[in-house]
Amino acid sequence: MSETSVAARRVRSGISHVLLIIVAIVFLGPLVYAVSTSLKPADEVFTPTPHLFGSEIRWQNYADAFEFAPFGRYFLNSLFVAIAGTLVVVIASSMSAYAFARLKFKGREQLFVLFLGTLMVPQEVLIVPMYWLMQSLGWVDSYWALILPWAFTAFGTFLLRQFFLTVPAELEEAARVDGCGPFGSFLRIMLPLARPAIAVLTVFTFISFWGSFLWPLIIVNSVADKGTVPLGLAQFIGQQGTQWNLMMAASVMAMIPTVLLVVLLQKHLVRGLLVTGLGGR
Amino acid sequence: MVTLNDTVAPTETVRSGRRPALRRDGRYASVFLAPSLAGLALFTLFPTAMALAISLFDWPVFGERKFLGFGNYTHLFGDPVFRRVVFNTALFVVLYVPLNVVLSLGLATWLGPKIKGRQAFRVLFFIPVMTPMVANVMVWRLLFQPGGLLDAGLNSWFGIDAPNFLGSSSWAMPAIVAMSIWQGFGYNFLVFSAALDQVPQSQLESAQIDGAGPLQRFRYVTWPMITPSIFFATTMTLITSFQVFAQPFILTQGGPGVSTQTIVMYVYNQGWQFLTMGLASAAGWVLFVIIMGITAIQFVGQRKWVNYDV
Repeated sequence: MSETSVAARRVRSGISHVLLIIVAIVFLGPLVYAVSTSLKPADEVFTPTPHLFGSEIRWQNYADAFEFAPFGRYFLNSLFVAIAGTLVVVIASSMSAYAFARLKFKGREQLFVLFLGTLMVPQEVLIVPMYWLMQSLGWVDSYWALILPWAFTAFGTFLLRQFFLTVPAELEEAARVDGCGPFGSFLRIMLPLARPAIAVLTVFTFISFWGSFLWPLIIVNSVADKGTVPLGLAQFIGQQGTQWNLMMAASVMAMIPTVLLVVLLQKHLVRGLLVTGLGGR
Repeated sequence: MVTLNDTVAPTETVRSGRRPALRRDGRYASVFLAPSLAGLALFTLFPTAMALAISLFDWPVFGERKFLGFGNYTHLFGDPVFRRVVFNTALFVVLYVPLNVVLSLGLATWLGPKIKGRQAFRVLFFIPVMTPMVANVMVWRLLFQPGGLLDAGLNSWFGIDAPNFLGSSSWAMPAIVAMSIWQGFGYNFLVFSAALDQVPQSQLESAQIDGAGPLQRFRYVTWPMITPSIFFATTMTLITSFQVFAQPFILTQGGPGVSTQTIVMYVYNQGWQFLTMGLASAAGWVLFVIIMGITAIQFVGQRKWVNYDV
């Protein structure tokens, strides 16, 4: 290796690293801006020259956001809806995934195709009849309406079926010899083995409930009572004199749980792509 | 669908083959399937059919319903607002999808397996994909405000008078596209970077020894192996970009005028501002047909360029 090529490589790798840092800064800009604004006094949000910090670091904004709007209530509602919805998704889809992966029954392939076919229908087609259905059931402006309509999607079934198919049949056969029926083998063999897949499904389902906006916007009338976090945030648009520092504090708080989950689950992000890309309801 | 999953997560495709199931009892199956089947029937299959039915009626939220046949559809295609809304959505798709795919593929190739800290970038770029869309858009709304970071920064650092991004009919759509790319490209970045991991380094190295430059190596070694992922990513991005809602809803409310109103916003406005469910449902079905058509074209077209055998 000649000296010039080593030098050239150093320069190239140097340029590459500088570019990388620029990309990271441009990308992080909006997030840094949000955190920075959330810590500024109200009258320093708009300054002629951008400043990272205001005259003081005002943590009080995070507490004030809860006074300014019922964000405590919104967070509780979001948490409850996301946890309940995720529970329904995980239970229903692990059961049906087991049937598709392990039980023999007539029309199994056709039914599975029908399941997958439901993935084609976009939420926007369903919202009008779903609203009418909620009216008929008396569920408008209720937790039921926030939880159940989107808790039966084929994504989870598909994801877990793929996983169950990789479990060697011998494991179940051994359990059978010990007198385990399908229920026992499902609960004692398959579910424990599927923990990684179920964890991925759980986290990504939780996140999609946590962020969902269009449906709560439609179905919730009493925002102060049944509103979720995204709905609470959206209340401020169009209002005169938006308290941007408090808004940003609330937005940052809405982001924190998902950021933590993404960082914790980083090894499994690829597997979550399917749930995320096809889901998002 | 099975192939789609295979392209994303090739490690999961090790199957145990078709072994005889442990129990040939349909009764067990019906118990296991009951919750999902009931839920999908009530909350997906039935509403899909109902959506079509509602779209054939004058269907106010309250009051008398009247059968119109295809009246709502003829009304839609005669409505200049609806035509504008379809145009806006198509414009968003045409700007957003190629930019997103090129940016994420470019970055994923650049941040190849040899770069340190690549996993950190994967996580970093994926964060806005997962954080609540409304929170993301609120941040960008402040960013684009007169007096916000872009305005103040351009003015004080470069002496440029920034336009009122969200209030200008020529800047509002690019602003929405820019925000959406920042939010969404981490998804495709992850898809592509997972696919690039599967390209054997040995083949790239032997191509290099044979004198192939970086572009040639990408074109003749990497590209054929990642076409399934490119297909998956473009199809998913196309489908979701036709459904764009929260970004224009919060950034511009569809304005100025209707210059950034999208199809889903139109559905929302017809249904829950004007309370005309029939029209809303018909517009939803038009969107569904567009998405199905695009997806079908994608699947037919893939035979020409997607390579599943490598």
